[in-house]
Amino acid sequence: MLKDLVTPENANVFVGKLGDILEKAIDKPLGYAINWGRIWSLWPVHIETACCSVEFGAASSPRYDVERFGIIEAFGSLRQCDLVVVQGTITRKMAPRLRLVYDQMPEPKYVIAMGACAITGGLYFDSYNVLPGIDGVIPVDVYVPGCPPRPETLIQGCILLQEKIKRMKARKFV
Amino acid sequence: MTAELPPGLALQKVDERIMTLNVGPQHPGSGHMRIVVQIDGDYIVACDPDPGYVHRGEEKMAEYRNYITNIPHLERPVIHDSCNVLYPYVLGAEEILGIEVPERAKYVRVIASELNRCIYTQYWLAIYGIFLGHSTMFMWPAGDRELLIDLMEKMSGARVTHAHFVPGGVRNDLPANFEDACLRQVNYFEKRIKEYAAVFYDNPILISRTKDTGVLSKQDAIRLGTTGSVLRASGVDYDLRIKEPYDVYEELDVHTNVMKEGDSYARSKVPWLDMMESCNIIRQALQKMPKSGSVRTKLKPNPKTKGPETVYKRVESGRGSLGCYIVSDGKTEPYRVKMSVGSFRNLIALPYLLKGEKLGNMPSVYWSLNYWPVEADR
Amino acid sequence: MSEETEKPTPETTEKSVAKQEEVIELPALEKGLSEKLTSKFGEKTSIAFVKENRVRVDVKKEDVHDVAEFIRDEMNFDHVESVTGVDFPDDKEIEVVYHIGSYTDNSLANQVLTLATRAPREDIPIPGKDGTRLPTLRDIFYSVEFHEREVFEMLGVYFDGHPDNRRLLLPEDWADLPPLRKDFAIKGR
Repeated sequence: MLKDLVTPENANVFVGKLGDILEKAIDKPLGYAINWGRIWSLWPVHIETACCSVEFGAASSPRYDVERFGIIEAFGSLRQCDLVVVQGTITRKMAPRLRLVYDQMPEPKYVIAMGACAITGGLYFDSYNVLPGIDGVIPVDVYVPGCPPRPETLIQGCILLQEKIKRMKARKFV
Repeated sequence: MTAELPPGLALQKVDERIMTLNVGPQHPGSGHMRIVVQIDGDYIVACDPDPGYVHRGEEKMAEYRNYITNIPHLERPVIHDSCNVLYPYVLGAEEILGIEVPERAKYVRVIASELNRCIYTQYWLAIYGIFLGHSTMFMWPAGDRELLIDLMEKMSGARVTHAHFVPGGVRNDLPANFEDACLRQVNYFEKRIKEYAAVFYDNPILISRTKDTGVLSKQDAIRLGTTGSVLRASGVDYDLRIKEPYDVYEELDVHTNVMKEGDSYARSKVPWLDMMESCNIIRQALQKMPKSGSVRTKLKPNPKTKGPETVYKRVESGRGSLGCYIVSDGKTEPYRVKMSVGSFRNLIALPYLLKGEKLGNMPSVYWSLNYWPVEADR
Repeated sequence: MSEETEKPTPETTEKSVAKQEEVIELPALEKGLSEKLTSKFGEKTSIAFVKENRVRVDVKKEDVHDVAEFIRDEMNFDHVESVTGVDFPDDKEIEVVYHIGSYTDNSLANQVLTLATRAPREDIPIPGKDGTRLPTLRDIFYSVEFHEREVFEMLGVYFDGHPDNRRLLLPEDWADLPPLRKDFAIKGR
């Protein structure tokens, strides 16, 4: 009976349906497990955009040691990263590159706007070469204010992002 | 094709062996800039640095703000060396506004400037460790610089962006018991940085990676107009703290550290030796500083200038000579402010040094130039 | 304490009576530098000011190459610290200022020779293709290379003979006026 129904042409449909049913059944625990994995693997892309990178570097120093939270471990390849920390001013020359980096990253991906310049343009609100905030370039999850933010503020922003991911729907990206 | 190449690097033959490689701006070994290198196998045949990713138009913005309100954004190019990057501007503004600086403020400035030099160099050294894959050398300087950041925080109230120097002195006086704390921390700091020799400078891996790479001869260092530690590592004894002393440097006993090799190793070692010299200067300044007195000549919020004038002031920053050229037309805003920064002047050496070098040596040569991209772009 | 009280007084007196005594009090070195230039080039150069450690020479754009060559060969200055462009729309001119220093000659270590020249200014600039041109000094001072590129993009002064007049700091698609010209207004101002 079932053998007749499942032909090589529509086998995928049946398997997919089965997967849907399974996921419906265990959606909540599965989503929790996926999100749990995501919040402990927030690795940022190695892109420095302006002077906030000094405090970003200081956040990894022994005094602040952000890696004890399992986040923000500076890492080389953007294919394995899922976090962009925009460290300060985005100039008109950097904006296309930032978008390019963001587009190359696999889902899921999150963005932290670090510093006043990344949020609104900050001190450089009237400069001819600075964008008034990065919202127009990439979507932002968490804003970390300060000029530059202290490492503690950055850590708090990351923890906020973790809280946010916990409440996100994990299935969106599956 | 030859017109596209950087000058001084005449490439005779371009064939399919040559590959063009973009390093940066998203790269662990580039910082905020892009370096376009052309490689033949493993060897760099041409290099074209492409700065400007952090060009924020600070010189243009300075034309719209008066001499006091220019301070916060002019220190942003190097926030971890913010006192030194502001120093020539403040000296120039004082000459244009015609203000005298109290004696105690000059000593406070020297202390703050030397502390900042150490903070900058420690950060630079930490990144140099990262570039060479030496994690301990990131952790140690990045941890030790927090000691001095604490001191600057006590002094000015901010962690990195102090805005402490203002025309007419410094913004506020030293806190109570600052001298003791400063002396204690600086002594400990000096003891700590001497330990770097064992883990970093005497490390055979570091020596094999940096010795005889990117050799800049004395003649070329002069011809290319390099400055700071790059120049001193090539055997030219030139330090503005001695040659053209500003504020109270002539009353202090300042020595320079000169190495003759001119390779990446010498360029990485000279800033480290300079930090020990900075500790000496801080101790001397603490001793000679007047124990009390004013630290600031009060100014109006929108001070008047003496009249049309041009000044060019130089200081020795963490990255070398830092000049500020201010044109005043008698108004309350400067007509033109130009920062001639050490990073931008050292950049010209990069294509020169990388030619014929292995690609793997690029990060060590590049970062040994004491280059901070944000400052070079301004 | 005595040092502290004594120190400010010579400075203040020097500043207040600078008008009469400046020329006499100046060290012989700076005067020698300016005299060396005027004796060689005569009316072609005009000494704008002679201050402590700073000498400024204004030259016409036709002579800037010869004067720079003389400064390097005969006066032992060996590198350019900074090249600054200053826009003067009222005079219809753009001033380009070279700050020249010396590493090799120890007696000149604290001296900065300022060499200033002026290029004609066009109201509607076409960078590289209009009359705003100056001879390059790169064949004399190698260190001006990136500085002159910066002045070209920021003020539109084309340097004739510069091998590499490309854009340096601004974005590749910059099509506006050169930003450091006075008629380029930044937003909100």
